[in-house]
Amino acid sequence: MDANVANSDVKQYINLRFDSEQYGIDISYIDNIVRLQPITRVPHTQHYFLGVINLRGEIIPVMSMRKKFELPDKENTGACRILILKVDGNKIGVLVDEVREVITLADDSIEKIATDDSETRAFLLGVGKYNDTLISLLNVGALISDIDSEF
Amino acid sequence: MDLSQYLEIFIDETKEHLQTLNDQVLILEAEPENIDTVNEIFRAAHSLKGMAGTMGFKRMQRLTHDMENVFSEIRNGKINVNADMVDIVFKCLDAIEGYLSNIIDSSDEGTEDNEELIGLLNAALEQKCDTGEPKPVEAPVVEKAAVGSEERKKYLSIPIADFEKNAMSEAKANGMHVYATTVYIQESCLLKAARAFLVFKGLENKGEIIKSVPSVQDIEDERFDFDFSMFIISEQPIEVIKKAIETVSEIEEAVIEEFEIPDTVQDTVVVQEEEKKVVEDKPAVKVEKTEEKKPATKSGNKPVVNRSVRVDIEKLDDLMNLVSELIIAKNGLVSVTGISSHQDQSFNEQIEYLERITTNLHESVMKVRMVPIESVVNRFPRMIRDLSKKLNKDMELIMTGEDTELDRTVIDEIGDPLMHMLRNAADHGLEDTIERLKIGKPKSGTIRLDAYQDGNNVTIEVSDDGKGVDVEKIKRKAVEKGQITEDQAEYMTEKEAVDLLFQPAFSTAEKISDVSGRGVGLDVVKNKIEGLGGDVEVVTKLGEGTKFIVRLPLTLAIIQALMVDVSGEKYALPLNSVVTIEEILPDDIKYVHTKEVINLRGSVIPIVRLNEVLDIDPVEKEEGLLDDEGLIVVIVKKGDKQAGLLIDKILGQQEIVIKPLGKYIKVPKLISGATILGDGEVALIIDSNTLV
Repeated sequence: MDANVANSDVKQYINLRFDSEQYGIDISYIDNIVRLQPITRVPHTQHYFLGVINLRGEIIPVMSMRKKFELPDKENTGACRILILKVDGNKIGVLVDEVREVITLADDSIEKIATDDSETRAFLLGVGKYNDTLISLLNVGALISDIDSEF
Repeated sequence: MDLSQYLEIFIDETKEHLQTLNDQVLILEAEPENIDTVNEIFRAAHSLKGMAGTMGFKRMQRLTHDMENVFSEIRNGKINVNADMVDIVFKCLDAIEGYLSNIIDSSDEGTEDNEELIGLLNAALEQKCDTGEPKPVEAPVVEKAAVGSEERKKYLSIPIADFEKNAMSEAKANGMHVYATTVYIQESCLLKAARAFLVFKGLENKGEIIKSVPSVQDIEDERFDFDFSMFIISEQPIEVIKKAIETVSEIEEAVIEEFEIPDTVQDTVVVQEEEKKVVEDKPAVKVEKTEEKKPATKSGNKPVVNRSVRVDIEKLDDLMNLVSELIIAKNGLVSVTGISSHQDQSFNEQIEYLERITTNLHESVMKVRMVPIESVVNRFPRMIRDLSKKLNKDMELIMTGEDTELDRTVIDEIGDPLMHMLRNAADHGLEDTIERLKIGKPKSGTIRLDAYQDGNNVTIEVSDDGKGVDVEKIKRKAVEKGQITEDQAEYMTEKEAVDLLFQPAFSTAEKISDVSGRGVGLDVVKNKIEGLGGDVEVVTKLGEGTKFIVRLPLTLAIIQALMVDVSGEKYALPLNSVVTIEEILPDDIKYVHTKEVINLRGSVIPIVRLNEVLDIDPVEKEEGLLDDEGLIVVIVKKGDKQAGLLIDKILGQQEIVIKPLGKYIKVPKLISGATILGDGEVALIIDSNTLV
């Protein structure tokens, strides 16, 4: 892997799991990964925001990937993590079922997908192939700009 | 040496001088004969010129120079102050402000020459040429220079080392001159090192400085009083050297003469005595000064030495953040001791001690950040004067409480809203002069700006004695615009109607002037003030005037809050809006127009069920209600309106640090922020103003 890092068309992704599906997020967006902690509910906000948490004195909103993608709700387990993403200097937390590992994907192993069917597809950059499993790569920029446009 | 390090000082000082000029010229306009004012103006203009020159802002220097000339002539009684002149001067001040804002933006003064203004200034100067002959001021100056000139030749007491003496003799043998000089800088000068640097620079191509006392290094580091001495070897005649030094502004005087090289080192004292005599014999060498260099009345007006430090605002913000963190940590410690079983007496004492210290620390840091509103309101008299001319109405601005202090963050934001309100008062509030006379009001309208502290708030009132708000007119207008229906208009209370003024795009001014009336004023004002955690209210009486009352929190970062429990969730209520806490029985809640109210000591107060407003699961709520015998209601106020917030439990009073909720999440108006509790949990802060 190390040999590949220097190669410019290779990127590292954090590999996440929801149910049986696997997702990837570009590692350059990740500020931090923290364990589940008490989330303070914020009333009258977007339905997919769970609330806010205290991350070392900073207050950070946390959204649920499940709610955002309208996946069925599930009990939180010990494997749940909050990914702290940093986009344009602003932090946002994302609750995920499990964080698996850091993977390296070459750009040519990623296939673009048609964004015709569901809304969910719009948030995907493409599908990467890694050890015989398919990983949907999330477009963090689209995820966030979508939040902005709802104001 | 780099001048850019002085840029910040330059900007600050220029702002101060401009403010002084604005204030003093206003006084001058009222009292054209006031010589103190003229002196003050002259000094400020002179300093401005000097500073602009030092920093190399040529255009600014030129404008201030011509302005200074005019005031110099006024001071000498050659020109009389008249209204036209004051107008020109104000235009000049605006032009200088233009330069300054260019400098702030780009460190460059821009390319505007303001030829027209300079022409006007020079035309004003022309007047004086018809009368008396120029520059009679010199006489006293020379006299003054003569007095004590012996002491002023400080170079005489400087010991000369042998090698220096050799260098001097050699130079003399080669037909060069050796000059000794002591340069005096005006005591009002702020950039001494920069001046000295310019002196050195000016002499660079005229000769060689072989010795300076203090050393060049010390001078650059500003380790000297208001004078320094040099020995110079040069081919140039003495006048050239002297001129090179004295053209640097804020140099008061350069005492200079050909230096007689002492014969032997041991005899220095004797030699000095001899030299003194020699000097006495030839007073022709004595310095002549240009009139402008004359320091104005040295005694009375020397600025009081204030023991203050300029601190970068970012550093203060950092300090404030650290204090905030400390308070959170302290709260954490307090909550830990609350649950721990072993109650150690001395440990508790230490905790209490820590609490006292953090509270005091917070207060001190707060005080450091407090700025008197003077810095915002002091530009208003000038603005009202200009408006008075523009609108052709006589008016007068009375300000009180300029020393009321507010947090810097609030100060920075409050200027524009206040300006808006004053413009409104001047334009819409006050009647035309003719109309005022017709209805028997004093010819000149009065606008007041009163500021005062009221508990944890600061109140600023902007009022006028004009025509007041015509409620019916507002209603008609609102109906016309479709903002309300006819029916609504009919049942609207006066207060509600007046509040329509704060609706976006609402203006009742019949004609749109460039002062106000485009309807983009008051809603912006309201938004801004509410954004600062304050509120604004209007009190008006038709025919008698209007008063805008702005209430602002003293600070934004840390507040006292009442912590409450609503169906198991913790919330913070800012204590400054809490009036009382009442315990009531469920039966006490009555219905008026299907709304819940309670009758509290004679006044009817609407009830707000916080768990409903906050959208908390109704299951929990019922559970809470079952065993409830008494209900707890927190009475909050906004202006003179009140509301009762129904909660489950009071958790106590606490100092909380307000933090934003972060970007991306949509926060309802009801929530004004969040805070971190002692145990690390996040609690939301309720803006009770939105519930009243």
